[in-house]
Amino acid sequence: MSILDDGKTTTSADDGLAALETGRSTAETFGIPLAVLAEVTHRCPLQCPYCSNPVELDRAGAELSTEEWKKVLSELAEIGVLQIHFSGGEPTARKDLVELVRHASDVGLYSNLITSAVLLTRERLAALADAGLSHVQISFQGNEAAAADRVAGFRGAHAKKIEVAKWTRELDLPLTVNAVMHRQNLHQLGDIIQMAVDLDADRLEVANVQYYGWALKNRAALMPTFEQLEETSRIVEEAQARLKGTLAIDYVIPDYYALRPKKCMGGWGRQFFNISPAGKILPCHAAESITGLEFESVRSNHSIAWIWQNSEAFNRYRGTTWMKEPCKSCEFREIDFGGCRCQAFALTGDAGNTDPACTLSPLHAQIFKLAEQEAAGNNNRFIYRNFAGGTPEDDGGHGA
Amino acid sequence: MAMERNISVSEASRPKLPRHARLKFDETRQVWVILAPERVLAPDAIAVEVLQLCDGERSVADMVDQLAIKYAAERNAIATDVIAMLQDLADKGFLTEARERTS
Repeated sequence: MSILDDGKTTTSADDGLAALETGRSTAETFGIPLAVLAEVTHRCPLQCPYCSNPVELDRAGAELSTEEWKKVLSELAEIGVLQIHFSGGEPTARKDLVELVRHASDVGLYSNLITSAVLLTRERLAALADAGLSHVQISFQGNEAAAADRVAGFRGAHAKKIEVAKWTRELDLPLTVNAVMHRQNLHQLGDIIQMAVDLDADRLEVANVQYYGWALKNRAALMPTFEQLEETSRIVEEAQARLKGTLAIDYVIPDYYALRPKKCMGGWGRQFFNISPAGKILPCHAAESITGLEFESVRSNHSIAWIWQNSEAFNRYRGTTWMKEPCKSCEFREIDFGGCRCQAFALTGDAGNTDPACTLSPLHAQIFKLAEQEAAGNNNRFIYRNFAGGTPEDDGGHGA
Repeated sequence: MAMERNISVSEASRPKLPRHARLKFDETRQVWVILAPERVLAPDAIAVEVLQLCDGERSVADMVDQLAIKYAAERNAIATDVIAMLQDLADKGFLTEARERTS
């Protein structure tokens, strides 16, 4: 007997999905995802320069209402989604979050909260747990308060995160620490791993910045050196072995330095979608950065299942038929599906090209060199994320 | 209080799923699943049967007795399989142990 391991429902592993779909024809080719990311708002008190939200943020007035979100949650459960990730922006900026989590529980969805934690009180976290919240993921910008608060653009953020992480464990909720890593904090990695252990986290995501949207604007300030990357991989591998059974560590490398591209989102429109604050159904959270694609909304007169299965945006880069060379005849085409469409678009101007993270891309060498140059340039000044399109860090004592 | 880690499953254990690991029948796909933080696991039929017995009251020894009778199988073989499967789940943090009997 066995517990088949283990579909990480967000991005990477496909085995759980494969296990669940074996021998079954689910909606022709593409089954409904096991998990969906609900970006319930783009509002956030933090201003992290690598924010994964689009540069053009949805305003509060455009957000789905409580009733609209509840209807969406019901529909997701009905079509076979099992887990919901409440994310943002900062999801706790929504006053109705407890109500939304309770509704998710009522319709049978397993709910994860992906939060910066800075707006939470102990009472609110307890209310979320009572409403059925099953897991909390807290982002950290480092392990040292002053430097972490500088990245977040929010004084006191780090201390508050530590406090909320403790409440999370006191309430017997499993905790994931999400640490976004870049040139300016990679030297803290060993200490961040220890911080996750000390916080009694179950899981640590060591996630090197991926360069779309805000992070692309800030690439020169964030890109690690190749030497840092090698050191990082060494530290992670050592910690994974040492902490087996205590802390699970997921590791995302910066793919400008990779040899093979990542299987982004498990393949476009294959096992994941997210819903933007205004209700657009997107193949990934960065998909709106690809201009020329039209995304359908839950406010349209189409069902979510119809949008997933039939909409132009989902079908454009599904499977392998859209591919050009070198992907088209590549033996890895169903391993990585050509990498990341958003990155291909950002770096080549055509989302249908091979992700330059792949060594087979004609641009790979150039991208690798660009990364090295930007890392060596050591321009550390951030452009902070906000609704105004970004604000450069002032010169007063920060940066290079 | 913090979840127990590094549980060592034995015949004396009275395991149960913690509240963040939920055994559920997935109507859409017509299979049992375990829902866990950002993960969905697909237990096989016998694993499901064992997990349904994990109520924090029954000991592993009781479960093994029950399954050995039901499948007319050798008790030691069943015990080895059941403990290995539960230990695997415990190592992933998806199984906990009842400390005292609840009534």
